[in-house]
Amino acid sequence: MTTIAELPPGFADKVLSAQSTFRSVMDAMARPGSVQRIVPMAGTPGPMMRGTAAIALTLFDHDTPLWLDARMAESSDVVKWLKFHTGAPVVRDCSIASFAVIGDGAALPPLDRFALGTSEYPDRSTTVIVQVDSLVSGRGFELRGPGIDGVATLQASVKPFDLFERLHMNEALFPRGIDVVLVADDAVVAIPRTTRVVSKGS
Amino acid sequence: MNAPAYNFAYLDEQTKRMIRRAILKAIAIPGYQVPFASREMPMPYGWGTGGVQVTAAILGPQDVLKVIDQGSDDTTNAISIRKFFAKTAGVATTTATDEATVIQTRHRIPETALNENQVLVYQVPIPEPLRFLEPRETETRRMHALAEYGLMHVKLYEDIARFGHIATAYAYPVKVNARYVMDPSPTPKFDNPKMDNSPALQLFGAGREKRIYAIPPYTQVVSLDFEDHPFEPYRFNAPCALCGAENSYLDEIITDDKGGRMFVCSDTDYCEGRQAAGHHGSLSAAPYKEKAQEASNG
Repeated sequence: MTTIAELPPGFADKVLSAQSTFRSVMDAMARPGSVQRIVPMAGTPGPMMRGTAAIALTLFDHDTPLWLDARMAESSDVVKWLKFHTGAPVVRDCSIASFAVIGDGAALPPLDRFALGTSEYPDRSTTVIVQVDSLVSGRGFELRGPGIDGVATLQASVKPFDLFERLHMNEALFPRGIDVVLVADDAVVAIPRTTRVVSKGS
Repeated sequence: MNAPAYNFAYLDEQTKRMIRRAILKAIAIPGYQVPFASREMPMPYGWGTGGVQVTAAILGPQDVLKVIDQGSDDTTNAISIRKFFAKTAGVATTTATDEATVIQTRHRIPETALNENQVLVYQVPIPEPLRFLEPRETETRRMHALAEYGLMHVKLYEDIARFGHIATAYAYPVKVNARYVMDPSPTPKFDNPKMDNSPALQLFGAGREKRIYAIPPYTQVVSLDFEDHPFEPYRFNAPCALCGAENSYLDEIITDDKGGRMFVCSDTDYCEGRQAAGHHGSLSAAPYKEKAQEASNG
């Protein structure tokens, strides 16, 4: 049995660490495809990466229903850690989640199962946080859209392999849609619903 | 009394998380007004409570803050907000546009071009561009959902029918990323072109109306107009009386009760920078006149 004392720690400095992490995520969201680093570090329970843990501590609380994929949910460390440090309720139904944390991208559910928002309130959508292998090497992608001066390029090794193809649904859905945050260790890349991604091939 | 009794940047952490989530959604949906649980701030509504909350949520100890009110660094509103954050967050403050990383503004965009490392935070009184055309929130929300913006064009057309030109001079409606019609806050329409394809992130906070919206960097922002009545920025046809600038936005200052007036840059930092660089206008203060005379005397 894990007691509270054995849980990995949260931020050493809650206030400034959350601020710094938020600015990295905000810059990532404002400049899709750019790789931002998350500097402040917290403990990392089970399969959760450093970046994911920092984002959780920065953005999750009792107002944000949370959906965990099987990889995350099966780790009691993750569930207890999130409950203790953020208080966010973990929900079974991903269509009412504010955030979804995906530990194993290969088992990502169809994206239209998440909350897409409504035409009146497109902000009431799920932000999907996907842990990926790498955001500096792998297949090449070209990104276009708001926040990008012309074309941005991204080298990433992501699962599912067709993640960006699946995100094409955002184009027809706009202003509804799914915003994705990719995390690889301490690196973060955001793909908001306005970004169009095409593969450059290998 | 030196021990701070408040959190860093005044707001509590739960409030900051809520605002930060709203900011992320606002960036993801350019021009859409995200509702947020605006807090009471230690200043009255209308003094920038929305902008202050956005600034408080993004501000860090490394930031350098500039606050302007109608272009000026030296008005009560600008000074009090600058002091507020100097006191509650201990951040460095500046009046120089190019030194700032976060610029909170009321009703102007600085003349100096912004860069990628800057965030511009607007104070917004009425975020809903359709509000004076349709008072019901349920209706304006549906109009945004359907991208039904004919009413706004009718309003601009009525300007033309009545005055012969589009007489809207400030809070001139824009369309962001070819989808949402957005109120750029009561900036003069002179500033609208600066919002288009800006390298800086632009965030908008409306405290009383409880809305946050955003324009990501490098995003298309088009001022609404008609083919035969294209959008035209307006400025007084005069150079600045202090720095001689021909392309800055000007304030008209009444100098006596006999119709005397002068035009000066509304952006004080820009005007002072030009004067320091040796530019001068028709009513420049003495040191600049003397310098100019010395130069002409050889």
